[in-house]
Amino acid sequence: MARLIRTEKEVEGRFEEVWLVVEEDPLTQWPSGPQAVVGRDAVRKDGPERVRGEARYTADVQLPGMLHAAMLRSPHAHARVARIDFARALELPGVRAVLGPGEAKGLVEEAEFAGQPVAAVAADSLGAARRAVEAVDIEWEVLEAVIDPEEAVRRELFTMEPARYERGDPDRAFADADVVLEGTYRTSVVLHNSMETHQAVCEWVGDTLNAYVSTQYIWGVRDNLAEELGIPGDKVRVVCEFMGGGFGSKNGADEQTYVAAVLAKRTGRPVKCALSRREENIAAGNRNATIQKLKIGARSDGTIVALEGEYINAVGASGWSAMTEGPMRMLYACENVRTVRYGAKINTPPMKAFRAPGFVEGTFGLECLIDELGEKLELDSLELRKRNYADSNDGTPYSSKNLMECYELAQKHWDRRDDVRARSTGTWKHGVGMASQIWFGGGGPPSYAWTRVGSDGRITVVTAMQDIGTGTRTAMAQIAAEELGVPLDHVDVVLGDSARGPYATLSAGSSTTPSVGPAVRAAAADAKQQIIEIAAQRHDVAEDDVTIEDGVIKTADGTFAEPLSEFLGLLEDAQILGKGARGPNPAGMSVLTFGIQVVEVAVDVETGEVRVERVAAAHDVGRIVNTLGARSQVEGGIIQGIGHTLSEQRLHDPETGRILTTTLDAYRMPTIADVPEIVSEFVDQPDEHLTNLGSKGLGEPPIIPIAAAIANAIRDATGADVHELPITREEMLRALEAAKKKERRGAPAAV
Amino acid sequence: MPELRLTINGEAHTVDAPIGISLAQLLRETLGFTGTKIACNEGHCGACTVQVDGVPTLSCITLAHTVDADVTTIEGLRDHPLINAFVRADAVQCGFCTPGQVVSAAALVADNPSPTVEEIRHRMAGNICRCGTYPRIEEAILHWRD
Repeated sequence: MARLIRTEKEVEGRFEEVWLVVEEDPLTQWPSGPQAVVGRDAVRKDGPERVRGEARYTADVQLPGMLHAAMLRSPHAHARVARIDFARALELPGVRAVLGPGEAKGLVEEAEFAGQPVAAVAADSLGAARRAVEAVDIEWEVLEAVIDPEEAVRRELFTMEPARYERGDPDRAFADADVVLEGTYRTSVVLHNSMETHQAVCEWVGDTLNAYVSTQYIWGVRDNLAEELGIPGDKVRVVCEFMGGGFGSKNGADEQTYVAAVLAKRTGRPVKCALSRREENIAAGNRNATIQKLKIGARSDGTIVALEGEYINAVGASGWSAMTEGPMRMLYACENVRTVRYGAKINTPPMKAFRAPGFVEGTFGLECLIDELGEKLELDSLELRKRNYADSNDGTPYSSKNLMECYELAQKHWDRRDDVRARSTGTWKHGVGMASQIWFGGGGPPSYAWTRVGSDGRITVVTAMQDIGTGTRTAMAQIAAEELGVPLDHVDVVLGDSARGPYATLSAGSSTTPSVGPAVRAAAADAKQQIIEIAAQRHDVAEDDVTIEDGVIKTADGTFAEPLSEFLGLLEDAQILGKGARGPNPAGMSVLTFGIQVVEVAVDVETGEVRVERVAAAHDVGRIVNTLGARSQVEGGIIQGIGHTLSEQRLHDPETGRILTTTLDAYRMPTIADVPEIVSEFVDQPDEHLTNLGSKGLGEPPIIPIAAAIANAIRDATGADVHELPITREEMLRALEAAKKKERRGAPAAV
Repeated sequence: MPELRLTINGEAHTVDAPIGISLAQLLRETLGFTGTKIACNEGHCGACTVQVDGVPTLSCITLAHTVDADVTTIEGLRDHPLINAFVRADAVQCGFCTPGQVVSAAALVADNPSPTVEEIRHRMAGNICRCGTYPRIEEAILHWRD
């Protein structure tokens, strides 16, 4: 039965109080551990299509008569369009339509960053569209630009009001502490750089807009377009069956989709608007830079008594100020905490969510500071973390927390440190470091799924969610197969089309599996119940005696047993239709994910080169649905995190705000040659309070602790405290120099 | 438009194409071989890799009219044992770089059917995977004949 509840909804660490219509979730969870299909390795259902190059991405959509759009972008960090004249552009061959400022959402009159689009052209080819963009006569009124986030804070230029948090009495606790440490940490702007750039193909069929969009949220894009175009949501069909990565940057429609939709309307033809790689590096969103001034107070036994943090998020021209102080508030038991977070509005490209926004940055600062405290007090890093273990989330109980079990899994990797350090020779110093992780990832309602079972016994799951590459399609198939008692290859999943299936949530915030998975299980259970009812009537047995196992429907006493595919032959053209909904999250509980990573590094103290040699990860995300896919997620998160730790950095000119790193030779992402040995382990205990599945999300947790774990391993190897990401050779050598001075003052250092 | 003769996956193609068109664009837009992906379009990422006479070649920075040799795209490698090796090893997440990875890997194992980890890392370093499937790619290539 549907019911209405008032609840807190979380996406990417942002909370809002909402009314939600939810359905009950009466199924009991499966026991912990591997089941017949769930909790085991499963290769991807769509693996062959993707590997063979048959999967059709938005980039591959070519419609008859399709035009190509290009956008005119501001060369100035802050400027108003004083005059714009399309006459010369319109005379060029192949040009079909132009849009000026205000004619599509996202085309602005006042550009607030260098690269913001103000106009667009549709032409027969992309080359013709780009030539036309260059032929637009435009005059700019250049306005004052603020590029420095600290200046923005001084001038109180914010994207939102400063967020202040306090518990206990930090001032008194710092005064009473045995030791107080302070540090300033900086993180850089990093870019998602999904392999498929942001793009959309739009066509109008009658009064319906078909939009093929590379997106993490087909329903979000549908609603964005419907609102902007003033048409009903069901007159917009958004399709994204395969997409080439998003990492948080593709949660909405964005200007390229609006531009394609409006130009398609104007021209009566399909229009593709795709960002080039250079545009992707400028205007497609980023993980914003941060400045973190942190302070910790502790007793000599390592008990943390006070924490304080001032965080500046250099948000950019737009975007939101993510919860950078989250780890400081949530990771450890500490009664006295004070934080303030400023979202600096500056004239640089906009922030967009990027894989655990805020917590990646905040964990770097906090977990480095924790280990600096450990060094000062000569306390073991793992012991220090155990000593400050939090038993509740600031008074709210956890739905489940197995961080201590993660620590136990990490022990054997931490125990390698003497052997690792002993490998140091000449200028190469080896060391081991760790960092913990806390994050959301519980998902929530609403999300829905349907199941369809035909006379051949095959099961089709229909749900309008997306698989952005994480393998959620396979996880959903596993859940349906498990519930129905059939082999995995009897199940297909139809997804990625807002007109063909019920609502499912966005693929962000580590939420797809914990949100849609329980709905899929409920839909499979609904179909299973109907099959059992039919079998009970057909064979004149009690429903309770009928089971389906490994594709065979039977009774325990052997009255009958036949393959489901044969039994369901009696359906002929009839079909069994099941439906399922995601139930509510547990009331009054914090649903969170946890983990720890232990990293081994080698540092050349002469050149500042850092090599990550081994990463061991132990995460607690409830029940693991696909053990193979889960290991892939952990590896992928760690590798992406090694990128922002060691080599990735978007640079801009501090005077003009123009982006200097627009190509993939300048913006350096990890290659196969940069990858360390990675060991991934899971606690794999269902969260008994969370849904019929007990699973949380895993997309984001693995990227959270890696930077701090690397920095802490560097300290272990060299005695140097790195305080800035990425840890370039320049930063490494600076930290080594500082460590030498620290040594002269009497503190231990290896250099 | 000047005529262009190409052998692609063993089949002869004659097409009219403007001078200056890249091999990647010709394959994808003119001939419909969309398995070849374009991700950077300036030779930095490897997603567009095809083989020209067996040599991994970045088709996005190769002018189509300069190619006078046999071109092999992912469509010509669909029965290669590497396909199953990639699927088995889970060497695919979003999959956008994957066809290019397979094309590079196929050239590698043709040259050396038993490459070492170091050789794999050297030969595959030009193919970027943003999802980070590298450990799986390494595993797939190490065990491609299993």
